[in-house]
Amino acid sequence: MTAVALSGVGKVFNAGRADQVVALTGVDLTVDSGQFVSLIGPSGCGKSTLLRLVADLIQPTSGTLTVAGKPARKARLDQEYGIAFQQAGLFEWRTVLRNVELPLELRGTGRRERKRRAEEMLELVGLADFTGHYPAQLSGGMQQRVAIARALAVHPLLLLMDEPFGALDEMTRERLQDELLRICAQTGTSTIFVTHSIPEAVYLSDRVVVMSPRPGRITDVIEIDLGPRSEATRQSAGFFAGITKVRRALRGTPAPTSSSPSASSSASAEVTAS
Amino acid sequence: MTAAVDKIAAADPTAPVVVGRQRRSRGFLRGLLPPLIVGIGGLALWELIVKAGRIAPFILPAPSAIWEQFWLSRSVIWQTGLATGANAFVGLIAGAVVGILGAMAASRFRLLGEVSIPVAAALNALPIIALAPILNNMFDSTSSIPRRVVVSIVVFFPVFINTLRGLREVNPTHRELMDSYAAGGWTFTRLVRLPGALPFVFTGLRQASSLAVIAAVVAEYFGGLQDGLGSRITSAASNTAYPRAWAFVVGACVLGLVFYAVSLGLERLATPWRRSR
Ligand SMILES: Nc1ncnc2c1ncn2[C@@H]1O[C@H](COP(=O)(O)OP(=O)(O)OP(=O)(O)O)[C@@H](O)[C@H]1O
Ligand SMILES: [Mg+2]
Repeated sequence: MTAVALSGVGKVFNAGRADQVVALTGVDLTVDSGQFVSLIGPSGCGKSTLLRLVADLIQPTSGTLTVAGKPARKARLDQEYGIAFQQAGLFEWRTVLRNVELPLELRGTGRRERKRRAEEMLELVGLADFTGHYPAQLSGGMQQRVAIARALAVHPLLLLMDEPFGALDEMTRERLQDELLRICAQTGTSTIFVTHSIPEAVYLSDRVVVMSPRPGRITDVIEIDLGPRSEATRQSAGFFAGITKVRRALRGTPAPTSSSPSASSSASAEVTAS
Repeated sequence: MTAAVDKIAAADPTAPVVVGRQRRSRGFLRGLLPPLIVGIGGLALWELIVKAGRIAPFILPAPSAIWEQFWLSRSVIWQTGLATGANAFVGLIAGAVVGILGAMAASRFRLLGEVSIPVAAALNALPIIALAPILNNMFDSTSSIPRRVVVSIVVFFPVFINTLRGLREVNPTHRELMDSYAAGGWTFTRLVRLPGALPFVFTGLRQASSLAVIAAVVAEYFGGLQDGLGSRITSAASNTAYPRAWAFVVGACVLGLVFYAVSLGLERLATPWRRSR
């Protein structure tokens, strides 16, 4: 089963006006059920736009798009996906717990079950002690974690995440990466994940989709095969080779058939420095 | 002191509507102390100047003389204050309800929103108080309705404008999120628009609460039923009983402060998330 299928999708903002922007052209992409796909590319290359198209928050100007085998609009109305935006977007008048409960509330989940699930998710993102706080009382990274908990709380079959870990410290980030992978594996969730971090994309993904701007398009798709992830994966040669491949693709130079030792060692040096 | 500042801000609809939250979240006592000191100091100075004969007592009576009259007339002040308070309260509620419902309608229907703002501004520019004599003639001389109508018209504008602004300011991420939950229409209004607009509604109500008392007092200067503070001020002044007139002015001032404080308290109760910053 394919979770998401795009073919020839393009998006033009403000078509025919002076401020027309070709945000995406000719995007072909399929995400298989249970797959983890990352989008990476320079700022403004259309990653968020692509995510919004899949979420049916905006409509494509060309091409076709199906989500869970249905038109995107139907998938949205059926609430087939969970989403976390680049901005946390918490409701400041709701407590942390009630923010996480909201999507469950809208799906008609019972009060007790709602509370249980929300508390479980907040525990997961390390905010069990903040359930009664208001968002304004939290730091930016904590707010982002609440937004992640909110997206995960419904156990969606498709998860759309736009730079969710951008505002987090490195330790929290790595822990949440592992938690995210665990949840996705457990529930068979398919994920589209936008990130600016090459190591993060490689660590999390089955496939890394490399994009380039003006006009926004997919320039490369890199398959990553690292097996089940563990702490050792972050030190493995395959991990660094993946990083090198993605970095090359981002620079626009095709990867050589055999990676030279100097390339992978320079990659590892940059990774540890970042 | 703070109330006086807000009355000025309220009278000017072009002034920024959201009063800094910094002042509100400050400790209650710490916020109260400076105006208290300034107030007492001012009263002492006033007393001194009048006693020293710099100002004739019939122009400005000494605070002690006003207080004496206030104490003597306390039951009348209480009675008339209740009447004026009832007028201000009923008018405030009516004007606020119409203002809030109007803003909801104006934010719902684009055309209505575009038309209603200039109309509301024109209405606000009218000297509403000047309508009092006309309204008085339209109703029975024993009717409280004219004064209450004047109050509600005065109250309408700040509540309408502030609420509309609040309803229109929806965080784009909130909108996208609710779209992703397939939640629109009334669900969206109930869960996002209304709670988001609440701080704005209360800003409008806070401005309106002081205006309501002013309007209820002044409307009586133009005839109609004479059972409130306004009528006592005019009759005392025409009898050259200036300290007594001032005593009723003090009564009106206290009434205005009560209205303001109650709306401030309600605001704090209704928007707990703004207190906890
Ligand atoms: N609503 C909109 N109206 C007009 N132009 C838009 C709109 N949304 C995005 N764009 C344009 O589309 C292009 C892609 O934007 P997008 O937000 O998808 O980039 P991005 O890859 O997510 O960037 P970043 O990494 O900085 O988040 C940009 O040039 C942007 O100006
Ligand atoms: Mg983006």
